[in-house]
Amino acid sequence: MPALDGMTIDDITTGFEFLGDWEQRFSYLLDLGKKLPPFLETDRIEGNKVHGCQSQVWLVAHVVTHNGKMRIEFQAVSDAHIVNGLIAILMTIYNGKTPAEMLAIDSQAIFNRLDLEQHLSPTRRNGLHAMVQRIQKLATEHA
Amino acid sequence: MSLAQPNTDTNAPALDVERVRGDFPALHQQVHGKPLVYLDNAATSQKPQAVLDTIDDYYRRYNANVHRGLHQLAELATQAYEQARIKVARFLNAPDARQVVFTRGCTEAINLVAAAWGKANLKAGDVVLVSEMEHHSNIVPWQLVAEATGATVKPIPFDDRGVLLLDAYEKLLSEGAKMVAVTAVSNSLGTINPIGRIVDLAHNAGAVVMADAAQAVPHMAVDVTAWDADFVAFSGHKVFGPTGIGALYGKAELLDAMPPYHGGGEMIEQVKFTGTTFAQPPAKFEAGTPNIAGAIALGAAIDYVQAIGFDAITAHEKQLLDYGTAALQSVDGLKLIGAAPDKAAVFSFTLDGIHPYDMSPVLDHEAVAIRTGHHCTQPVMDRFGIPATVRASAAFYNTTDEIDKLIAALEKVKTIFA
Ligand SMILES: Cc1ncc(COP(=O)(O)O)c(C=O)c1O
Repeated sequence: MPALDGMTIDDITTGFEFLGDWEQRFSYLLDLGKKLPPFLETDRIEGNKVHGCQSQVWLVAHVVTHNGKMRIEFQAVSDAHIVNGLIAILMTIYNGKTPAEMLAIDSQAIFNRLDLEQHLSPTRRNGLHAMVQRIQKLATEHA
Repeated sequence: MSLAQPNTDTNAPALDVERVRGDFPALHQQVHGKPLVYLDNAATSQKPQAVLDTIDDYYRRYNANVHRGLHQLAELATQAYEQARIKVARFLNAPDARQVVFTRGCTEAINLVAAAWGKANLKAGDVVLVSEMEHHSNIVPWQLVAEATGATVKPIPFDDRGVLLLDAYEKLLSEGAKMVAVTAVSNSLGTINPIGRIVDLAHNAGAVVMADAAQAVPHMAVDVTAWDADFVAFSGHKVFGPTGIGALYGKAELLDAMPPYHGGGEMIEQVKFTGTTFAQPPAKFEAGTPNIAGAIALGAAIDYVQAIGFDAITAHEKQLLDYGTAALQSVDGLKLIGAAPDKAAVFSFTLDGIHPYDMSPVLDHEAVAIRTGHHCTQPVMDRFGIPATVRASAAFYNTTDEIDKLIAALEKVKTIFA
Protein backbone atom coordinates (compact mmCIF):
# COMPACT_ATOMS: atom_id res chain seq x y z
CA MET A 1 0.00 0.00 0.00
CA PRO A 2 1.93 3.02 -1.17
CA ALA A 3 0.76 6.06 0.71
CA LEU A 4 -0.94 9.06 -0.77
CA ASP A 5 -1.81 8.27 -4.36
CA GLY A 6 1.58 6.74 -5.09
CA MET A 7 3.39 9.95 -4.27
CA THR A 8 7.09 9.56 -3.58
CA ILE A 9 9.27 11.57 -1.30
CA ASP A 10 11.01 12.96 -4.38
CA ASP A 11 7.68 14.31 -5.58
CA ILE A 12 7.21 16.03 -2.27
CA THR A 13 10.73 17.41 -2.18
CA THR A 14 10.31 18.78 -5.70
CA GLY A 15 6.97 20.21 -4.69
CA PHE A 16 8.55 21.98 -1.77
CA GLU A 17 11.45 23.31 -3.79
CA PHE A 18 9.05 24.64 -6.36
CA LEU A 19 7.10 26.60 -3.79
CA GLY A 20 8.80 29.80 -2.85
CA ASP A 21 7.38 31.26 0.26
CA TRP A 22 6.56 29.83 3.61
CA GLU A 23 2.83 30.25 3.25
CA GLN A 24 2.67 28.20 0.07
CA ARG A 25 4.74 25.44 1.64
CA PHE A 26 2.48 25.52 4.63
CA SER A 27 -0.63 25.12 2.47
CA TYR A 28 1.08 22.31 0.58
CA LEU A 29 1.81 20.54 3.86
CA LEU A 30 -1.84 20.91 4.88
CA ASP A 31 -2.93 19.50 1.52
CA LEU A 32 -0.69 16.48 2.04
CA GLY A 33 -2.35 15.96 5.40
CA LYS A 34 -5.76 15.93 3.76
CA LYS A 35 -4.67 13.02 1.56
CA LEU A 36 -4.10 10.67 4.48
CA PRO A 37 -6.11 7.47 4.16
CA PRO A 38 -9.07 7.44 6.55
CA PHE A 39 -8.26 6.33 10.07
CA LEU A 40 -10.71 4.08 11.88
CA GLU A 41 -12.52 5.79 14.75
CA THR A 42 -12.18 2.58 16.74
CA ASP A 43 -8.40 2.83 16.46
CA ARG A 44 -8.32 6.21 18.18
CA ILE A 45 -7.63 4.67 21.55
CA GLU A 46 -5.13 5.35 24.30
CA GLY A 47 -3.06 2.29 23.45
CA ASN A 48 -2.39 3.62 19.94
CA LYS A 49 -1.30 7.07 21.05
CA VAL A 50 2.18 8.34 20.29
CA HIS A 51 3.40 10.18 23.36
CA GLY A 52 5.71 13.14 23.14
CA CYS A 53 3.56 15.11 20.69
CA GLN A 54 1.77 18.31 21.69
CA SER A 55 -1.32 17.35 19.75
CA GLN A 56 -2.83 13.89 19.86
CA VAL A 57 -1.40 11.33 17.45
CA TRP A 58 -2.62 7.77 16.97
CA LEU A 59 -0.63 5.17 15.07
CA VAL A 60 -1.47 1.61 14.12
CA ALA A 61 0.80 -0.79 12.26
CA HIS A 62 0.62 -4.29 10.90
CA VAL A 63 2.98 -6.66 9.18
CA VAL A 64 2.21 -8.04 5.73
CA THR A 65 4.15 -10.80 4.05
CA HIS A 66 4.31 -10.64 0.31
CA ASN A 67 6.52 -12.87 -1.88
CA GLY A 68 8.21 -14.07 1.32
CA LYS A 69 9.15 -10.55 2.28
CA MET A 70 7.92 -8.97 5.47
CA ARG A 71 6.77 -5.39 5.16
CA ILE A 72 5.39 -3.02 7.75
CA GLU A 73 2.36 -0.96 6.93
CA PHE A 74 1.22 1.75 9.24
CA GLN A 75 -1.30 4.48 9.45
CA ALA A 76 -1.47 7.48 11.70
CA VAL A 77 -3.62 10.52 12.27
CA SER A 78 -3.61 13.61 14.44
CA ASP A 79 -6.17 16.13 15.58
CA ALA A 80 -3.89 18.90 14.27
CA HIS A 81 -3.74 19.53 10.50
CA ILE A 82 -0.06 20.37 10.39
CA VAL A 83 0.80 17.13 12.12
CA ASN A 84 -1.27 15.25 9.53
CA GLY A 85 0.95 16.85 6.90
CA LEU A 86 4.03 15.59 8.71
CA ILE A 87 2.45 12.14 9.04
CA ALA A 88 1.83 12.15 5.29
CA ILE A 89 5.53 12.78 4.71
CA LEU A 90 6.49 10.03 7.15
CA MET A 91 4.15 7.60 5.43
CA THR A 92 5.67 8.45 2.08
CA ILE A 93 9.10 7.77 3.49
CA TYR A 94 8.42 4.65 5.54
CA ASN A 95 5.18 2.94 4.70
CA GLY A 96 5.24 -0.56 3.26
CA LYS A 97 9.00 -0.96 3.58
CA THR A 98 10.85 -3.94 5.03
CA PRO A 99 12.21 -3.47 8.53
CA ALA A 100 15.75 -3.38 7.15
CA GLU A 101 14.81 -0.71 4.62
CA MET A 102 13.10 1.30 7.34
CA LEU A 103 16.12 1.21 9.59
CA ALA A 104 18.37 2.31 6.75
CA ILE A 105 16.38 5.48 6.13
CA ASP A 106 17.93 8.74 7.25
CA SER A 107 14.73 10.67 7.86
CA GLN A 108 16.68 13.57 9.32
CA ALA A 109 18.42 14.10 5.99
CA ILE A 110 15.08 14.05 4.21
CA PHE A 111 13.59 16.61 6.55
CA ASN A 112 16.68 18.73 6.15
CA ARG A 113 16.19 18.61 2.39
CA LEU A 114 12.59 19.69 2.80
CA ASP A 115 13.89 22.63 4.79
CA LEU A 116 10.89 22.16 7.03
CA GLU A 117 12.25 21.86 10.51
CA GLN A 118 13.24 25.47 10.85
CA HIS A 119 9.56 26.31 10.51
CA LEU A 120 8.55 23.92 13.24
CA SER A 121 8.78 24.90 16.86
CA PRO A 122 11.26 22.87 18.94
CA THR A 123 8.38 21.15 20.73
CA ARG A 124 6.81 20.17 17.44
CA ARG A 125 10.19 18.88 16.25
CA ASN A 126 10.18 16.68 19.36
CA GLY A 127 6.77 15.37 18.35
CA LEU A 128 8.05 14.56 14.88
CA HIS A 129 11.00 12.73 16.41
CA ALA A 130 8.63 10.84 18.71
CA MET A 131 6.78 9.56 15.64
CA VAL A 132 10.00 8.61 13.88
CA GLN A 133 11.16 6.78 16.98
CA ARG A 134 7.90 4.86 17.18
CA ILE A 135 8.30 3.77 13.56
CA GLN A 136 11.94 2.79 14.05
CA LYS A 137 11.01 0.81 17.15
CA LEU A 138 8.45 -1.11 15.09
CA ALA A 139 11.10 -1.83 12.51
CA THR A 140 13.59 -2.98 15.14
CA GLU A 141 11.05 -5.32 16.68
CA HIS A 142 10.53 -7.01 13.35
CA ALA A 143 14.08 -6.88 12.03
CA MET B 1 12.06 47.82 60.70
CA SER B 2 8.49 48.71 59.82
CA LEU B 3 7.83 49.32 56.17
CA ALA B 4 4.05 49.29 56.09
CA GLN B 5 2.91 52.04 53.82
CA PRO B 6 0.43 52.21 50.99
CA ASN B 7 2.02 51.37 47.67
CA THR B 8 -0.63 52.71 45.34
CA ASP B 9 -0.24 56.01 43.68
CA THR B 10 -3.53 57.85 43.38
CA ASN B 11 -4.10 60.52 40.76
CA ALA B 12 -1.57 58.82 38.52
CA PRO B 13 -1.39 60.34 35.04
CA ALA B 14 -2.65 58.21 32.16
CA LEU B 15 -0.12 55.82 30.74
CA ASP B 16 1.94 57.11 27.81
CA VAL B 17 2.29 53.78 26.01
CA GLU B 18 4.63 54.99 23.30
CA ARG B 19 6.99 56.39 25.91
CA VAL B 20 7.07 53.25 28.04
CA ARG B 21 7.53 51.06 24.95
CA GLY B 22 10.69 53.04 24.32
CA ASP B 23 12.09 51.63 27.57
CA PHE B 24 11.89 48.02 26.32
CA PRO B 25 14.57 47.19 23.72
CA ALA B 26 13.14 43.74 22.95
CA LEU B 27 9.83 45.19 21.80
CA HIS B 28 11.52 46.94 18.89
CA GLN B 29 12.48 44.13 16.59
CA GLN B 30 11.31 42.38 13.48
CA VAL B 31 10.25 38.76 13.53
CA HIS B 32 9.93 37.02 10.14
CA GLY B 33 10.28 40.49 8.65
CA LYS B 34 7.40 42.02 10.59
CA PRO B 35 7.36 44.14 13.74
CA LEU B 36 7.04 41.96 16.83
CA VAL B 37 3.68 41.88 18.59
CA TYR B 38 4.54 40.49 22.00
CA LEU B 39 1.44 39.06 23.65
CA ASP B 40 2.98 36.30 25.73
CA ASN B 41 3.40 38.26 28.93
CA ALA B 42 1.78 35.65 31.16
CA ALA B 43 4.67 33.37 30.20
CA THR B 44 7.29 36.02 30.74
CA SER B 45 7.57 39.77 30.39
CA GLN B 46 10.12 41.84 28.51
CA LYS B 47 12.70 43.87 30.44
CA PRO B 48 13.11 47.64 30.58
CA GLN B 49 16.53 49.19 29.95
CA ALA B 50 16.77 50.08 33.66
CA VAL B 51 16.77 46.38 34.55
CA LEU B 52 19.36 45.52 31.90
CA ASP B 53 21.57 48.37 33.10
CA THR B 54 21.29 47.25 36.71
CA ILE B 55 22.52 43.74 35.85
CA ASP B 56 25.37 45.14 33.80
CA ASP B 57 26.36 47.63 36.47
CA TYR B 58 26.38 44.97 39.17
CA TYR B 59 28.77 42.70 37.28
CA ARG B 60 30.98 45.54 36.11
CA ARG B 61 31.30 47.42 39.36
CA TYR B 62 30.48 45.52 42.53
CA ASN B 63 30.19 41.80 41.84
CA ALA B 64 30.99 40.07 45.15
CA ASN B 65 29.43 37.46 47.37
CA VAL B 66 26.90 38.77 49.85
CA HIS B 67 27.10 38.60 53.64
CA ARG B 68 30.61 37.16 53.48
CA GLY B 69 33.51 39.35 52.44
CA LEU B 70 34.67 42.22 54.56
CA HIS B 71 35.76 44.25 51.61
CA GLN B 72 34.29 47.20 49.77
CA LEU B 73 32.73 45.24 46.90
CA ALA B 74 31.16 42.70 49.23
CA GLU B 75 29.77 45.54 51.28
CA LEU B 76 28.21 47.21 48.21
CA ALA B 77 26.76 43.94 46.95
CA THR B 78 25.29 43.09 50.35
CA GLN B 79 23.75 46.53 50.71
CA ALA B 80 22.20 46.38 47.26
CA TYR B 81 20.91 42.85 47.83
CA GLU B 82 19.31 43.79 51.15
CA GLN B 83 17.97 47.00 49.64
CA ALA B 84 16.25 44.86 47.01
CA ARG B 85 14.63 42.85 49.78
CA ILE B 86 13.26 46.06 51.25
CA LYS B 87 11.92 47.04 47.82
CA VAL B 88 10.12 43.71 47.52
CA ALA B 89 8.70 44.10 51.03
CA ARG B 90 7.36 47.57 50.20
CA PHE B 91 6.08 46.36 46.85
CA LEU B 92 3.97 43.73 48.63
CA ASN B 93 3.24 46.00 51.58
CA ALA B 94 4.86 43.45 53.91
CA PRO B 95 5.35 44.66 57.48
CA ASP B 96 9.03 43.72 57.56
CA ALA B 97 11.72 42.91 54.99
CA ARG B 98 12.77 39.94 57.11
CA GLN B 99 9.57 38.29 55.96
CA VAL B 100 10.80 38.24 52.37
CA VAL B 101 12.82 35.23 51.23
CA PHE B 102 14.51 35.36 47.85
CA THR B 103 13.96 32.23 45.79
CA ARG B 104 14.59 31.15 42.20
CA GLY B 105 11.01 32.00 41.39
CA CYS B 106 7.40 31.39 42.28
CA THR B 107 7.72 27.63 41.79
CA GLU B 108 10.61 27.36 44.23
CA ALA B 109 8.81 29.57 46.75
CA ILE B 110 5.75 27.30 46.73
CA ASN B 111 7.92 24.19 46.93
CA LEU B 112 9.69 25.72 49.90
CA VAL B 113 6.41 26.21 51.77
CA ALA B 114 5.00 22.83 50.75
CA ALA B 115 8.17 21.05 51.87
CA ALA B 116 9.14 23.04 54.97
CA TRP B 117 5.74 24.10 56.33
CA GLY B 118 4.13 20.90 55.05
CA LYS B 119 6.67 18.63 56.69
CA ALA B 120 6.17 20.32 60.06
CA ASN B 121 2.39 20.70 59.90
CA LEU B 122 0.76 18.05 57.72
CA LYS B 123 -0.02 14.54 58.81
CA ALA B 124 -2.06 11.62 57.56
CA GLY B 125 -5.67 12.56 56.96
CA ASP B 126 -5.03 16.31 56.70
CA VAL B 127 -6.48 18.16 53.74
CA VAL B 128 -4.89 20.71 51.41
CA LEU B 129 -7.40 22.63 49.28
CA VAL B 130 -6.12 23.71 45.89
CA SER B 131 -8.22 25.62 43.40
CA GLU B 132 -8.96 23.81 40.16
CA MET B 133 -7.47 26.73 38.22
CA GLU B 134 -4.03 26.55 39.84
CA HIS B 135 -0.84 26.50 37.83
CA HIS B 136 0.84 23.09 38.20
CA SER B 137 3.35 24.94 40.41
CA ASN B 138 0.67 25.30 43.07
CA ILE B 139 -0.64 21.74 42.69
CA VAL B 140 2.29 19.37 42.30
CA PRO B 141 4.32 20.54 45.35
CA TRP B 142 1.21 19.86 47.46
CA GLN B 143 0.75 16.45 45.89
CA LEU B 144 4.37 15.64 46.68
CA VAL B 145 4.05 16.63 50.33
CA ALA B 146 0.67 14.89 50.54
CA GLU B 147 2.29 11.72 49.32
CA ALA B 148 5.05 12.03 51.91
CA THR B 149 2.73 12.83 54.84
CA GLY B 150 -0.47 10.96 53.99
CA ALA B 151 -2.45 14.19 53.57
CA THR B 152 -4.89 14.59 50.68
CA VAL B 153 -5.24 17.34 48.07
CA LYS B 154 -8.77 18.39 47.12
CA PRO B 155 -9.78 20.78 44.34
CA ILE B 156 -11.92 23.89 44.81
CA PRO B 157 -14.15 24.02 41.70
CA PHE B 158 -14.99 27.02 39.51
CA ASP B 159 -17.96 27.77 37.24
CA ASP B 160 -18.19 28.00 33.43
CA ARG B 161 -16.96 31.59 33.48
CA GLY B 162 -13.92 30.64 35.49
CA VAL B 163 -15.17 32.06 38.79
CA LEU B 164 -14.25 30.14 41.93
CA LEU B 165 -17.27 28.67 43.69
CA LEU B 166 -17.02 30.16 47.16
CA ASP B 167 -19.97 28.13 48.42
CA ALA B 168 -18.23 24.92 47.50
CA TYR B 169 -15.05 26.31 49.03
CA GLU B 170 -16.81 27.05 52.34
CA LYS B 171 -18.28 23.58 52.36
CA LEU B 172 -14.85 22.05 51.78
CA LEU B 173 -13.41 24.20 54.56
CA SER B 174 -16.11 23.07 56.94
CA GLU B 175 -15.06 19.48 56.31
CA GLY B 176 -11.61 20.40 57.58
CA ALA B 177 -8.53 21.78 55.81
CA LYS B 178 -5.07 22.76 57.00
CA MET B 179 -3.88 24.66 53.94
CA VAL B 180 -5.53 26.53 51.08
CA ALA B 181 -3.37 27.09 48.00
CA VAL B 182 -4.92 29.52 45.56
CA THR B 183 -3.82 31.87 42.85
CA ALA B 184 -4.56 35.59 42.95
CA VAL B 185 -4.89 35.68 39.16
CA SER B 186 -5.33 32.66 36.90
CA ASN B 187 -2.68 32.42 34.18
CA SER B 188 -4.93 30.56 31.76
CA LEU B 189 -8.33 32.14 32.46
CA GLY B 190 -7.37 35.59 33.69
CA THR B 191 -9.75 35.31 36.65
CA ILE B 192 -8.91 37.62 39.55
CA ASN B 193 -9.73 35.74 42.74
CA PRO B 194 -10.91 37.50 45.91
CA ILE B 195 -7.88 36.56 47.99
CA GLY B 196 -8.89 38.68 51.00
CA ARG B 197 -12.22 36.87 51.24
CA ILE B 198 -10.61 33.47 50.64
CA VAL B 199 -8.12 34.16 53.45
CA ASP B 200 -10.88 35.28 55.84
CA LEU B 201 -12.84 32.12 55.27
CA ALA B 202 -9.72 29.98 55.62
CA HIS B 203 -8.66 31.64 58.84
CA ASN B 204 -12.13 31.25 60.31
CA ALA B 205 -11.79 27.55 59.59
CA GLY B 206 -8.28 27.40 61.04
CA ALA B 207 -6.48 26.96 57.71
CA VAL B 208 -3.37 28.69 56.40
CA VAL B 209 -3.29 30.29 52.92
CA MET B 210 -0.60 30.13 50.24
CA ALA B 211 -1.45 32.80 47.64
CA ASP B 212 0.24 32.56 44.24
CA ALA B 213 0.76 36.14 43.10
CA ALA B 214 2.81 35.33 39.97
CA GLN B 215 0.14 36.74 37.63
CA ALA B 216 -1.00 39.47 40.00
CA VAL B 217 2.15 41.50 40.62
CA PRO B 218 2.62 42.62 37.00
CA HIS B 219 -0.90 44.02 36.83
CA MET B 220 -2.14 45.26 40.19
CA ALA B 221 -1.01 46.53 43.55
CA VAL B 222 -0.67 43.50 45.81
CA ASP B 223 -1.05 44.14 49.52
CA VAL B 224 -0.22 41.06 51.57
CA THR B 225 -1.15 42.87 54.77
CA ALA B 226 -4.63 43.72 53.51
CA TRP B 227 -5.01 40.16 52.19
CA ASP B 228 -3.77 38.84 55.52
CA ALA B 229 -2.37 35.91 53.52
CA ASP B 230 0.06 33.62 55.33
CA PHE B 231 2.34 33.00 52.37
CA VAL B 232 2.60 34.83 49.05
CA ALA B 233 4.89 33.92 46.16
CA PHE B 234 5.85 35.51 42.85
CA SER B 235 8.47 35.38 40.09
CA GLY B 236 10.66 38.29 39.06
CA HIS B 237 10.58 37.51 35.35
CA LYS B 238 6.82 38.05 35.06
CA VAL B 239 7.11 41.51 36.58
CA PHE B 240 9.75 42.84 34.13
CA GLY B 241 12.69 41.55 36.17
CA PRO B 242 15.16 38.80 35.28
CA THR B 243 14.60 35.04 35.30
CA GLY B 244 15.95 32.95 38.17
CA ILE B 245 14.74 35.24 40.93
CA GLY B 246 11.50 35.40 42.85
CA ALA B 247 10.29 35.90 46.35
CA LEU B 248 8.31 34.32 49.11
CA TYR B 249 6.54 36.41 51.70
CA GLY B 250 5.54 34.66 54.90
CA LYS B 251 4.01 35.58 58.24
CA ALA B 252 6.86 35.98 60.72
CA GLU B 253 5.64 33.38 63.21
CA LEU B 254 5.15 30.80 60.47
CA LEU B 255 8.58 31.39 58.96
CA ASP B 256 10.17 31.24 62.43
CA ALA B 257 8.55 27.92 63.21
CA MET B 258 9.34 26.30 59.85
CA PRO B 259 12.29 23.94 59.46
CA PRO B 260 14.82 24.88 56.76
CA TYR B 261 14.24 23.80 53.16
CA HIS B 262 17.75 23.46 51.76
CA GLY B 263 20.93 23.09 53.77
CA GLY B 264 24.21 24.85 53.03
CA GLY B 265 26.07 28.07 53.49
CA GLU B 266 24.35 31.25 54.73
CA MET B 267 21.45 29.43 56.36
CA ILE B 268 23.29 28.33 59.50
CA GLU B 269 24.13 29.86 62.82
CA GLN B 270 26.64 27.27 63.90
CA VAL B 271 27.71 24.00 62.29
CA LYS B 272 29.07 21.23 64.46
CA PHE B 273 29.10 17.50 63.96
CA THR B 274 27.26 17.26 67.23
CA GLY B 275 24.45 19.39 65.80
CA THR B 276 23.86 22.45 63.66
CA THR B 277 21.76 25.46 64.50
CA PHE B 278 20.08 27.61 61.91
CA ALA B 279 20.05 31.29 61.14
CA GLN B 280 16.90 33.38 61.53
CA PRO B 281 14.59 33.92 58.54
CA PRO B 282 15.07 34.95 55.82
CA ALA B 283 18.68 33.64 55.87
CA LYS B 284 17.44 30.27 57.15
CA PHE B 285 15.76 29.74 53.77
CA GLU B 286 18.49 31.12 51.53
CA ALA B 287 21.09 28.37 51.46
CA GLY B 288 24.04 28.94 49.17
CA THR B 289 25.05 31.94 47.11
CA PRO B 290 21.80 33.57 45.96
CA ASN B 291 21.03 35.16 42.61
CA ILE B 292 22.52 38.48 43.68
CA ALA B 293 22.32 40.24 40.33
CA GLY B 294 18.80 38.90 39.88
CA ALA B 295 17.59 40.21 43.23
CA ILE B 296 19.09 43.65 42.66
CA ALA B 297 17.64 43.80 39.16
CA LEU B 298 14.24 42.70 40.49
CA GLY B 299 14.50 45.73 42.76
CA ALA B 300 15.10 47.87 39.68
CA ALA B 301 12.07 46.33 37.96
CA ILE B 302 9.93 47.14 40.99
CA ASP B 303 11.22 50.72 40.96
CA TYR B 304 10.33 50.92 37.28
CA VAL B 305 6.79 49.59 37.71
CA GLN B 306 6.12 51.78 40.73
CA ALA B 307 7.30 54.86 38.88
CA ILE B 308 4.58 54.19 36.31
CA GLY B 309 2.12 53.35 39.06
CA PHE B 310 -0.52 50.67 39.26
CA ASP B 311 -3.39 53.11 38.82
CA ALA B 312 -2.13 53.92 35.35
CA ILE B 313 -1.24 50.29 34.61
CA THR B 314 -4.58 48.89 35.74
CA ALA B 315 -6.54 51.52 33.83
CA HIS B 316 -4.60 50.89 30.61
CA GLU B 317 -4.88 47.14 30.91
CA LYS B 318 -8.62 47.36 31.56
CA GLN B 319 -8.90 49.21 28.28
CA LEU B 320 -6.92 46.44 26.56
CA LEU B 321 -9.15 43.82 28.20
CA ASP B 322 -12.38 45.48 27.03
CA TYR B 323 -11.07 46.20 23.55
CA GLY B 324 -9.58 42.73 23.15
CA THR B 325 -12.68 40.95 24.44
CA ALA B 326 -14.93 42.78 21.99
CA ALA B 327 -12.50 42.31 19.08
CA LEU B 328 -12.02 38.59 19.71
CA GLN B 329 -15.73 38.00 20.17
CA SER B 330 -16.30 39.42 16.72
CA VAL B 331 -14.13 36.69 15.17
CA ASP B 332 -16.42 34.03 13.76
CA GLY B 333 -16.07 30.67 15.52
CA LEU B 334 -13.84 32.02 18.26
CA LYS B 335 -14.60 30.91 21.81
CA LEU B 336 -13.11 32.82 24.72
CA ILE B 337 -12.25 30.54 27.62
CA GLY B 338 -12.54 32.50 30.85
CA ALA B 339 -15.17 35.19 31.26
CA ALA B 340 -14.92 36.16 34.90
CA PRO B 341 -16.34 39.63 35.64
CA ASP B 342 -13.12 40.40 37.49
CA LYS B 343 -10.41 39.56 34.98
CA ALA B 344 -6.88 40.43 33.91
CA ALA B 345 -6.05 41.11 30.24
CA VAL B 346 -5.55 37.43 29.44
CA PHE B 347 -7.33 36.02 26.40
CA SER B 348 -7.51 32.25 26.19
CA PHE B 349 -9.44 30.99 23.20
CA THR B 350 -10.16 28.26 20.70
CA LEU B 351 -11.29 28.51 17.09
CA ASP B 352 -13.94 26.11 15.78
CA GLY B 353 -12.41 23.33 13.71
CA ILE B 354 -8.82 24.55 14.01
CA HIS B 355 -6.51 22.93 16.50
CA PRO B 356 -4.68 25.45 18.71
CA TYR B 357 -1.39 23.92 17.61
CA ASP B 358 -2.33 24.61 14.00
CA MET B 359 -2.74 28.29 14.78
CA SER B 360 0.59 28.89 16.44
CA PRO B 361 2.92 28.63 13.41
CA VAL B 362 0.71 31.01 11.42
CA LEU B 363 0.57 33.51 14.26
CA ASP B 364 4.32 33.18 14.68
CA HIS B 365 4.88 33.96 11.02
CA GLU B 366 2.70 37.02 11.47
CA ALA B 367 5.13 38.02 14.27
CA VAL B 368 2.43 37.62 16.91
CA ALA B 369 3.97 35.95 19.97
CA ILE B 370 1.34 34.04 21.93
CA ARG B 371 1.35 30.75 23.78
CA THR B 372 -0.43 27.59 22.76
CA GLY B 373 -0.98 24.71 25.14
CA HIS B 374 -2.46 23.86 28.49
CA HIS B 375 -0.45 26.65 30.14
CA CYS B 376 0.54 24.33 32.99
CA THR B 377 -3.12 24.17 34.01
CA GLN B 378 -4.27 20.78 32.73
CA PRO B 379 -7.21 20.60 35.17
CA VAL B 380 -8.56 23.80 33.56
CA MET B 381 -8.37 22.22 30.10
CA ASP B 382 -10.08 19.08 31.42
CA ARG B 383 -12.78 21.22 33.04
CA PHE B 384 -13.61 22.71 29.63
CA GLY B 385 -12.97 19.48 27.74
CA ILE B 386 -10.38 20.98 25.41
CA PRO B 387 -6.80 19.88 24.72
CA ALA B 388 -5.30 23.36 24.69
CA THR B 389 -6.00 27.01 24.08
CA VAL B 390 -4.24 29.84 22.34
CA ARG B 391 -3.46 32.47 24.94
CA ALA B 392 -2.71 36.11 24.27
CA SER B 393 -1.70 37.95 27.42
CA ALA B 394 -1.08 41.66 27.68
CA ALA B 395 1.20 43.89 29.71
CA PHE B 396 1.03 47.65 30.17
CA TYR B 397 3.24 48.15 27.11
CA ASN B 398 0.74 46.56 24.73
CA THR B 399 -1.56 48.60 22.53
CA THR B 400 -4.99 48.22 20.93
CA ASP B 401 -3.15 48.36 17.60
CA GLU B 402 -1.37 45.15 18.58
CA ILE B 403 -4.70 43.54 19.36
CA ASP B 404 -5.82 44.51 15.86
CA LYS B 405 -2.74 42.72 14.53
CA LEU B 406 -3.65 39.63 16.52
CA ILE B 407 -7.14 39.71 15.00
CA ALA B 408 -5.72 40.14 11.49
CA ALA B 409 -3.39 37.18 12.09
CA LEU B 410 -6.37 35.09 13.23
CA GLU B 411 -8.21 36.00 10.04
CA LYS B 412 -5.17 34.72 8.16
CA VAL B 413 -5.32 31.48 10.15
CA LYS B 414 -8.92 31.09 9.08
CA THR B 415 -8.10 31.65 5.39
CA ILE B 416 -5.29 29.12 5.46
CA PHE B 417 -7.33 26.45 7.18
CA ALA B 418 -10.60 27.21 5.39
C1 LIG C 1 -0.06 31.50 38.24
C2 LIG C 1 1.35 31.01 38.11
N1 LIG C 1 1.96 30.43 39.16
C3 LIG C 1 3.21 29.99 39.10
C4 LIG C 1 3.96 30.09 37.95
C5 LIG C 1 5.34 29.55 37.94
O1 LIG C 1 6.28 30.55 37.80
P1 LIG C 1 7.81 30.20 37.59
O2 LIG C 1 7.86 29.21 36.47
O3 LIG C 1 8.42 31.50 37.24
O4 LIG C 1 8.33 29.64 38.86
C6 LIG C 1 3.39 30.69 36.84
C7 LIG C 1 4.15 30.79 35.58
O5 LIG C 1 3.71 30.49 34.51
C8 LIG C 1 2.06 31.15 36.92
O6 LIG C 1 1.46 31.71 35.86
